[in-house]
Amino acid sequence: MKPRLAFFDFTGCEGCQLEVLNFEQELLDIISAADIVNFREAMTERSDDYDIAFIDGAITTERDVARIKEIRERAKILVAIGACACIGGINCLKNFYPMEEVLRIVYGESAHYYDTIPARPVDAVVPVDYYVQGCPMTQSEFVKVVKALLTGKKPEIPNYPVCVECKMAGNICVFEKGETCVGPVTRAGCNALCVTNGRTCWGCRGLVDDPNTDSEKEILAKYNLTPEEIIAKFRMFLGYSEVAK
Amino acid sequence: MKEININVHHVTRVEGHGNIVLNAKNGNIEELRWEVVESPRFFEAMLRGRRYDDVIIIAPRICGICSLAHSTCSIQACENAFGIVPSEQTLLLRKLLYDAETLQSHVLHYYFLTAPDLLGVGSVFPLVETHKDVVLMALRLKKLANDLADIVCGRKTHPIQPMVDGFAKLPKPEELRAIQKRLKDAMNDHQATVELFKTLKIPQFERETEFIALKDPTEYAFISGDISSTDTGTTPVANYLEMTNEFCVPHSTAKYAKHNRESYAVGALARFNNNHEQLSPRAKEAAEELGLKAICHNPYMNNVAQLVEAIYVTEHAIDLIDQLLARGLKEEKPDIQVKAGRGIGAVEAPRGILFHDYTFDERGILKEANCVIPTNQNHNSIQKDFEALVPQILNKPENEIKLLLEMLVRAYDPCISCSAHMIKVEFR
Repeated sequence: MKPRLAFFDFTGCEGCQLEVLNFEQELLDIISAADIVNFREAMTERSDDYDIAFIDGAITTERDVARIKEIRERAKILVAIGACACIGGINCLKNFYPMEEVLRIVYGESAHYYDTIPARPVDAVVPVDYYVQGCPMTQSEFVKVVKALLTGKKPEIPNYPVCVECKMAGNICVFEKGETCVGPVTRAGCNALCVTNGRTCWGCRGLVDDPNTDSEKEILAKYNLTPEEIIAKFRMFLGYSEVAK
Repeated sequence: MKEININVHHVTRVEGHGNIVLNAKNGNIEELRWEVVESPRFFEAMLRGRRYDDVIIIAPRICGICSLAHSTCSIQACENAFGIVPSEQTLLLRKLLYDAETLQSHVLHYYFLTAPDLLGVGSVFPLVETHKDVVLMALRLKKLANDLADIVCGRKTHPIQPMVDGFAKLPKPEELRAIQKRLKDAMNDHQATVELFKTLKIPQFERETEFIALKDPTEYAFISGDISSTDTGTTPVANYLEMTNEFCVPHSTAKYAKHNRESYAVGALARFNNNHEQLSPRAKEAAEELGLKAICHNPYMNNVAQLVEAIYVTEHAIDLIDQLLARGLKEEKPDIQVKAGRGIGAVEAPRGILFHDYTFDERGILKEANCVIPTNQNHNSIQKDFEALVPQILNKPENEIKLLLEMLVRAYDPCISCSAHMIKVEFR
């Protein structure tokens, strides 16, 4: 029997589900090797019987917490896709404001009706087996992970910083151009796409394991960023991690 | 007499989370609601305190489907605040990426999200077996739009290259020539799509309403012009709050809007109804072949208007590439003098008119933001359409009523996560 795949969206822009629909030949290949049984953005049918669950979006309500626990119980393998699910992503920017007050101001008397909690990644609530990082998720990494899972292998995900790929791409270092970047502590796998296309690394693929964030902060300070600007830089995508607190 | 209880929890094949509730007994409608239940994301709070160059990176993350529209609108709001007038080259490239945005979103919508209803299946996936040529054509058109976005933006979802007053990287002439050839070839696929649409049965239903879209005397407007209403004529973008009049309803985490009547509609059909005379000859021809005539009051025809626009933007992109190649692409350094003040951006997102309104301090740090999302403006129209449609179809079997209501929601192509992300947050 073909493995049964399910896609579930939580709080996010749904860009990662769109990236799945944006595959061309790969999408046809996946359909021939597996059955997609749940994908609300693309299909009407829904099934609770699945092997691999792909989760995009962050957990931001109590309802989300209950729903992700239920999915975890049903799924044999759970894969977080995209920055919101993997690291909390830009949703965590709201965590730095007093939510109760914001809610009351927005909804007034009905504030109790709206359920919102500080945004968090999926693995803050349930164990996650595999991650496809990036905002939006890196498409080649998704293919790599799906192929590995369908053939029963373990996907290899880089655990070195974006700087390694950036040098291999032949880019001039962002710091040399007088700008700043969090590539030195961000997990590679994107081929330094943003720097290659003329911009800087914002850290959307999350931190490498054991990142030297103190030294990164020192470098940013050396390049004249104020402590507030340094924190703002880390909060863009990494608001849930210690480095942004 | 029969009892009808329809409760569609999380309508499928739309972007975001919405519910349909209909309870009727003996021909009396007791409850009929379009509910928006997306988790609010407090985007204005996310943008607050960020410098303008971070703002234009965060803003596209409002929506994965129309990130290029939010990016463009955000950049325009910054430029408007700082008094920047971008170069002709920047404007041409911005229009080109915008054609990619419109084509990408429309093709996704009418092939992946709507066509399954009209072909009697639950998703595009079974069509791989039964209508393989159609699926391959849809994938080909989508890939074309995505590749065009890649060339100009560096990435199709959440663009990298577009900046305030310019682009971080320019496309290469050979890339533009290659994609132009594919755009020309795509006209055959568009014609085949028109032929396919002719065979589909689009539900007949009309409710007279007001249509609002951007209008520019020089061309069919997507990223320029004034606000135009089929009821009240044009008004400058600076007066957008007078047009949108957002208000809250208890069953929805998104805001609703109204202007001259009880509701108004935005999107492809609203643009067509306001600006159809400015379409290209081939787009006009397609509209005629498919029976789309201004002013059209059938919301289900929005999908036809999208196809007509897809043809228009493809021809428009071919023309823009000719202009860019003829003048030659040159590196231009953005010239940004940050100053305190307010700026408004207005664009036609694929789903309709979109506004970003920012206030910056003298360092270019965002103090306040208000974003008015097309889908918010359509929520009220969906509700009013429900109220007009249901009495006409109440004698049909329950599953047919349910399908017609779901199809109506999908026809609007709502982007619910966008709309709920944009609840205005006011800080004391």
